[in-house]
Amino acid sequence: MTRTGFVLANLGRRKTRTVLTLLSIVMAFLLFGLLQAVNVLFSAGADFVGATRLVTQARVSFTQSLPLRLLPQIESVPGVDKVMWSQWFGGVWQENTQLIIQATDPMRLHAVYPELVMPDAQWKAFAETRTGMIAGRLLANQYGWKIGQKVPIGSNIFPQKDGSKAWIFDLVGIYDGKDEEWQRGTGGGWINFGYFDEANQFGAGRAGVYIIRLANPDRATEVAATIDRMFENSPDETKTQAEKDFNLGFFKQIGDIGLIVRWILFAVFFTLLLVVGNTIAQSVRERIPELAILKTLGFSDRSVLGFVLAEAAALCIIGGLLGLAVATPLGVGITKATGGNLPVAVDGRVWLTGAVAIVLLSFAVGLLPALRAARLTIVDALAGR
Amino acid sequence: MGDAMVRVKDVHKSYVRGKQRVEVLHGLTLEVPKGDFVALMGPSGSGKTTLLNLIGGLDGPTSGEVHVGGERIDQLSGGRLAKWRARNVGFVFQFYNLMPVLTAERNVELPLLLTGLSAAQRRKSVAVALEVVGLSDRARHKPKELSGGQEQRVAIARALVSDPSILICDEPTGDLDRKTADEILGLLQVLNREHGKTVVMVTHDPKAAEFANRTLHLEKGQLLEQAA
Repeated sequence: MTRTGFVLANLGRRKTRTVLTLLSIVMAFLLFGLLQAVNVLFSAGADFVGATRLVTQARVSFTQSLPLRLLPQIESVPGVDKVMWSQWFGGVWQENTQLIIQATDPMRLHAVYPELVMPDAQWKAFAETRTGMIAGRLLANQYGWKIGQKVPIGSNIFPQKDGSKAWIFDLVGIYDGKDEEWQRGTGGGWINFGYFDEANQFGAGRAGVYIIRLANPDRATEVAATIDRMFENSPDETKTQAEKDFNLGFFKQIGDIGLIVRWILFAVFFTLLLVVGNTIAQSVRERIPELAILKTLGFSDRSVLGFVLAEAAALCIIGGLLGLAVATPLGVGITKATGGNLPVAVDGRVWLTGAVAIVLLSFAVGLLPALRAARLTIVDALAGR
Repeated sequence: MGDAMVRVKDVHKSYVRGKQRVEVLHGLTLEVPKGDFVALMGPSGSGKTTLLNLIGGLDGPTSGEVHVGGERIDQLSGGRLAKWRARNVGFVFQFYNLMPVLTAERNVELPLLLTGLSAAQRRKSVAVALEVVGLSDRARHKPKELSGGQEQRVAIARALVSDPSILICDEPTGDLDRKTADEILGLLQVLNREHGKTVVMVTHDPKAAEFANRTLHLEKGQLLEQAA
């Protein structure tokens, strides 16, 4: 037997209590892993690394549109390969089901998003049908839409010129994603910008955002800076960012995600502190005579302090590592399930923060009971005083 | 006195209980020669256990000197006293005080974690100690799977395993029936006579005291008489 063996043996003293405490730590660190990954994601600054597409929006907010006349200027920036624009339609299906429908130029969409796969004939039909619409496979399957049918969709933003908010489109294509991840992103649809732009009541010739496909991802930072500089001090100042960061902006509308996450983590760990701290304190209270015997046998105060701290640490380490281990594949799952729009990566940084949290938690829950154990007077403890 | 294992000189011991100061030992002086087996008897509150705790280095005197094995232990700091106990004293208590989560052999091994012995050496020492107390066949059993007598034998093996020169026994048979008590006392006698261990035992039981070489009576914190 080693001292470690003795510590582990003590954890098995009340198995149910140990298992329940471990489960609470596992759950807390599972949450910690995922939320910390979200926190890292939302706390990070602009990240152009590996970006193949950029999104240019109005500098103030993506809810403000930009004039289409910016297109040639954006296209002329060195490093830009293809450019499309889109306008958020604000689609509503039947009673009040929100749909992700955007208006765009069909062939530019095809050029900028080769990941959206559809037969050429359907792309052609989309481009040539003024009231044309294409739907992602998930969306079409959800409502049983078939190519050739008319799809009535309302818009909670754009009424038609006659004041009607009801729009009717011809479904001319159904697209798939190029792989499993992109397939998960086929829950939306696109309408032909030409028709939308002519028929809507508000100003024509405006795009919500421009989406730029880069000729060379290494030049993402430079291209973004060039575009924004080009429109600096103009009525249409822009903000260009990587597509991933733009997508995160949607989630950021909910509020200060980082702050929310930090508060949730604080609540989780405060509760954990009480639960595990109480368990360790109770465990020490129950075996004061045993701790006194350890001292009687010659174990120093410091050794006894070490035993209790080690028990607390063992609980936190086992539970913490298990929690993070479960969070890691779960993060991958969430990333895949959101089509990469919410990349929750429980990576090295999260594990490192988790390791620090485990150490801090071990001390926080173990120190007071350990000090109590270390300060025990043998004679009083053996006499039950 | 060169052959004294225990030399207690003019020891006073008082405790503070609440607002009261309780004087337990009043200038007690005592010598226990090496290889002796001494029984300490006396009514409750006479100071038997307090004296035993002082000899075992579990507590310090308010004044006076305590020498054990030639070393003055009342002046040792907490850490040094703990080391001294680990090297020199074996303890046996009334309620055995074994670790319930450890098997008999692990309980016996516990004091050896404080030594520099290898795992193999520790295993060997544990086997010998269990053999001496006649419990080799129960080595893998946990305390709750043993009888009271067997638990006390494990406790004695634990006290023996680091080969101390003195055994401190506080009512070692107080929780046992007569037959089992006699077996345990016989075992202590063997350890005293055949293995040369000095034994100091507190007991209320006159029959238990008969196993000792001599009996010391305490009353109100003072030694009354010595009986052969």
